Amino acid sequence: MKKLISAAVLSAALATPALADTTKVGFIYIGPVGDFGWTAGHDRARQELQGHFGDAVETNIVENVDYGADAERVMTQMALSGTDMIFAASFGYGPDVNAVAGNFPNVAFQHATGYIQEHDNISLYDARFYEGRAVLGHIAGKMTETNTIGYIASYPIPAVVSGINSAYLHAKAVNPDVNFRIIWTYSWFDPALEADAAETLIEQGADVIMQHTDSTAAVRVAEDAGVMAFGQASDMVEFGPTAHLSAIVDRWAPYYISRVQALKDGTWEAQNSWMGFAEGVIEMAPWNDRIPTELQEEADALIAAISAGEYHPFTGPINRQDGTPWLADGEVADDGALATMDFYVEGITSDFPN
Amino acid sequence: MILGSINPAVLMAALMVAATPILLAAIGELVVEKSGVLNLGVEGMMIMGACVGFIVAVNSGSPFIGFIGAALGGMALSLLFALLTQALMTNQVASGLALTLFGLGLTALLGQKYVGITPPRTPKLDLGVLSDIPFLGRAVFSHDIVVYLTIALVGAVWWFLKYSRAGMILRAVGENHDAAHGLGYHVKRVRVLAIMFGGACAGLGGAYLSLIRVPQWTEGMTVGAGWIALALVVFASWRPWRAMAGAYLFGGVVVLQLNLQAAGVRIPVEYLSMSPYLITIAVLVVISSGKARGSLNAPGSLNRPFHASS
Repeated sequence: MKKLISAAVLSAALATPALADTTKVGFIYIGPVGDFGWTAGHDRARQELQGHFGDAVETNIVENVDYGADAERVMTQMALSGTDMIFAASFGYGPDVNAVAGNFPNVAFQHATGYIQEHDNISLYDARFYEGRAVLGHIAGKMTETNTIGYIASYPIPAVVSGINSAYLHAKAVNPDVNFRIIWTYSWFDPALEADAAETLIEQGADVIMQHTDSTAAVRVAEDAGVMAFGQASDMVEFGPTAHLSAIVDRWAPYYISRVQALKDGTWEAQNSWMGFAEGVIEMAPWNDRIPTELQEEADALIAAISAGEYHPFTGPINRQDGTPWLADGEVADDGALATMDFYVEGITSDFPN
Repeated sequence: MILGSINPAVLMAALMVAATPILLAAIGELVVEKSGVLNLGVEGMMIMGACVGFIVAVNSGSPFIGFIGAALGGMALSLLFALLTQALMTNQVASGLALTLFGLGLTALLGQKYVGITPPRTPKLDLGVLSDIPFLGRAVFSHDIVVYLTIALVGAVWWFLKYSRAGMILRAVGENHDAAHGLGYHVKRVRVLAIMFGGACAGLGGAYLSLIRVPQWTEGMTVGAGWIALALVVFASWRPWRAMAGAYLFGGVVVLQLNLQAAGVRIPVEYLSMSPYLITIAVLVVISSGKARGSLNAPGSLNRPFHASS
C-alpha cells in the first residue's frame, strides 16, 4: 500500500512541471448543476470556458455548497490544492470569499453578484437582471387577462428587489390596472415550495408567473394550470412549452473566458463589472409563438434601446412605495442606488419584507 | 391587505398535499424509532424514492408502479443502513448521516437523464358526491389516492403498535432490547424489518414530491423534507396521530404563509420557516422537564446498539 501511495505522489510530482501552463479554475455553486436555472447557467459557462481553452485550463466544481463555514472550507481546500482562480457563483458567499481571499493573496477570486471587496484579489461581477425584467414586465403587462401577475422571489436583496420594481414599472406602463402579488420563499432552490407558491398565486388570480428562484417547478405548475410563466436564468421552455413565454438567460461565458485569459496574460486585476444586454451577459430565450408579433417587436425594440444605452429601465419620474419622490422626471438611477435598492416603487401593494 | 382572496377550502386542500410527503416519511421513521433505531437518513431515503419512483413511473407509464418502485428504492437504501448498523454494529447517527449524503449523490447520478421529463399523471380520486359537498368537497375530498392512503397508514400504524402482538414485540424491542432478547425475541430481525418499513415510507414520501406535488425530477429536490420528518417524530412524541396533527400543522404553516404573502400581508417568513424546528425544540424541553417527563415516551433503547453477547 505504502508503495502505491509513494508511486502516486511521485507521478503527481513528475506531472506537475508538464502541466505548468494549465490554469486551475474552481467553481463553487449554491445549487445543483442540474437545477436548469441559475447554477446550470454558470456551469454552461464553465463548459464553454473549458471548451475554449482545452487542456490549458482545468476546471473543478463543487455544487450545493452552503454559505458560511462550508463555503470557506471548500474555497480554502481549492486554494490549497493549487487553484489559480475561484468563481464563487452566489450572492451569499460574500463574507466567505473575503475571509478566504485574505489568506490566499495569489489566488484570483471572482464573486458573482456580490458587493464586498476587502482585498485586491477579489473581482465582483454581476448582470443587470433588471434590464431583462423590464422586458418581461412589458410582455406580462400586455399578456395578462386577469391583470394580476404573480412573482416568486427568493431573498429581499437588491438584485431581486430591483427586478421586481423594474418588472412592475414596465408592466404598469402598458397596463395601468396591473397588480403584482409577491411571495418570498427565502430560498434559491426549493421545488416543492416554489410549486406551492405558484399554485397559491394562480389560485389568487395570477395568470402570469414570474420567478426569481432557480427551480423549474413554477413553470411546470403554470403549464398544468393553463397560465403563463417566465423561466429564470436558463431557457425553461421544455418544462412548459405552452406556458413558457420567455426567460432571462444568463450568459457568463464571454466574461469567464476574458477573466481567465487575463489571468494567463498576467493582466488580471480586481474589478467590479456590471453587465447587461449590451455585453451579451443576459439575453432573452426565444419568444413563445403565443406572444403576438407586434408585442414581440416591441420587446425587441426595448432590448435594442436598452443595449444601445438610449433607454434606462429606471428613468424618472418614479416614486417610492410610500409616495415620496425617488427619481425626478427624466432622471436616471445610478448604479449605486440600484445596487443597494431596498424599497418597492409606488403602486406595488405588498408590504416590503423586513 | 386583501385577505378576502384567500379561499379557506383551497388552503385546507393545499395543506393536506403539503403535509403528505413529510407525514409519510415521519410515520415510517416513527416505527423505526419505536424499534429502538435512530435512522437520520430519512432525507437520503426520500430523495432515493423521489428519483427511483420517477424513473420507474416514466418508464412504466404508471404512477402506481412508480410508487411501488419508490418504496423499493427507499427500502434498498435502508437495507444498507440495516447492514451497517445491525450487522456491522456501526454508529447509527453517523450511518444515518452518511446515508443522506449517499442518497443525494447517488440520485444525482441516477436521475441525470430524467431532468426535464414529465411524469405520467396521477389521477385525482373520484369520490362522486363527496366531492360536491360545499367546502369539504374541495378541502378534503378532492385529492389523489395517496393522501387518503397516507391517513389510512397512520391509522394502521397506530393500531399495529397499540393492539397487535407484532407491534407490542416491536415496542418491547425498542424499550429494552436486552429484556426482549431474554424473552426470546429476535431483536435484530425486528429492527431490520422496521428499518425496511421506514425506508419504504420515506421512499413513498419522496415519490409524492416528484410524481405529484412538483411534479418533475430535479436533483436535491427534497430540500430538507426528511429533516422536518425527523423533527416531526419527536414533536409527536412517538405517537402516530400526533405525527399526523404535526404534519398538518407544519404543512399548514407553509401554505398559510404563502397565501398571506400573496395577499400582500407582511409576515416574518424567516421565523415561520424556522417554526417546525423551534416547536420541536420547545416540545422537547417541555416534555423532558419535571412532571411531564412521563409523557416523553421516547423508546428506552433508542439509538443504543444491540449485540446478543452484551
